Amino acid sequence: MTTAVETIHDEPLTIGGHTFHSRLMVGTGKYPGMDTMVRAIEASGAEVVTVAVRRVNLDRSKESSVLHFLDPRKIFLLANTAGCYTAADAIRYARLAREAGFNDFVKLEVIGDEETLLPDVAGLLEASKVLVQEGFKVLAYTNEDLVTALRLEDTGCAAVMPLASPIGSGLGLLNPFSVRTIKRRLHVPVIVDAGVGTASDACVTMEQGVDGILMNTAIAAAQDPVAMAQAMRLATIAGRAAYLAGRMPRREVAMPSSPTRGMLD
Amino acid sequence: MDVVINGERRHVTAGATLLELLHELDLDPRAVVVEHNRRIVRRVGLAEVTVSEGDSIELVHFVGGG
Repeated sequence: MTTAVETIHDEPLTIGGHTFHSRLMVGTGKYPGMDTMVRAIEASGAEVVTVAVRRVNLDRSKESSVLHFLDPRKIFLLANTAGCYTAADAIRYARLAREAGFNDFVKLEVIGDEETLLPDVAGLLEASKVLVQEGFKVLAYTNEDLVTALRLEDTGCAAVMPLASPIGSGLGLLNPFSVRTIKRRLHVPVIVDAGVGTASDACVTMEQGVDGILMNTAIAAAQDPVAMAQAMRLATIAGRAAYLAGRMPRREVAMPSSPTRGMLD
Repeated sequence: MDVVINGERRHVTAGATLLELLHELDLDPRAVVVEHNRRIVRRVGLAEVTVSEGDSIELVHFVGGG
């Protein structure tokens, strides 16, 4: 599908010295099948694709790696530390991920609560300090809390990733004000990660002026993941374009669009 | 000789190197990352590290995730 996106004058997104043209990043989890995943990633237009580090299944090792289906020369692999509940675990997973030899980026997650999967910000700051010192480009998954975001930037994170709403919830952007505030105050890129449910959520999120958006379940758990991936691509572009265009002011009263003069007697 | 691989006790050839162990498990050394007794062993070093009785080995790779 061709769109008018060529007419949008936008800067590319640069994170940790790497430049990306798509502002949509996608995950690789929870797809009904690998073929669907590959087609959905392609339809999303994403360049950055997240993966998790897990034990090899010793009985079925040949099929289980996601790299059998993705070409790391065409996409930028972003390893996460999902499932880690302590700074030490997240550091261990990040080191293992880097050893795979693709890049030194990590999407740092330190989870603090099993039910909500909300971040443990103390652990996050601790792990971030260590990993930045070790040369990692840290993209930190965090709450939509300004002070935590500022502290993460201070530790040297390459990007800060406030949530829209809890991971896998599909509740959309619950706190646009906080996300906007974080974007206004930080110098490093702000990528909203987690909670998007459908295309309008992606659009509203991008309209806040953030640099990018990362999602997984909204695409993977849609009835037609490939079609939803395309919708997300367009919504991300639309939201970004609307932000760049600058919206009209809100008014509490109506203002006619048609002339009030020249009406018949 | 018994070692613990990915949390499971397994019988492997005594005196094997980590590289030989991966071959024994039919794993491509380029597709896995090896942690030996909590220390990451780089690919180039896999042939130089010998496995001993009771060692703990983690073999990881990338899977789908968000």
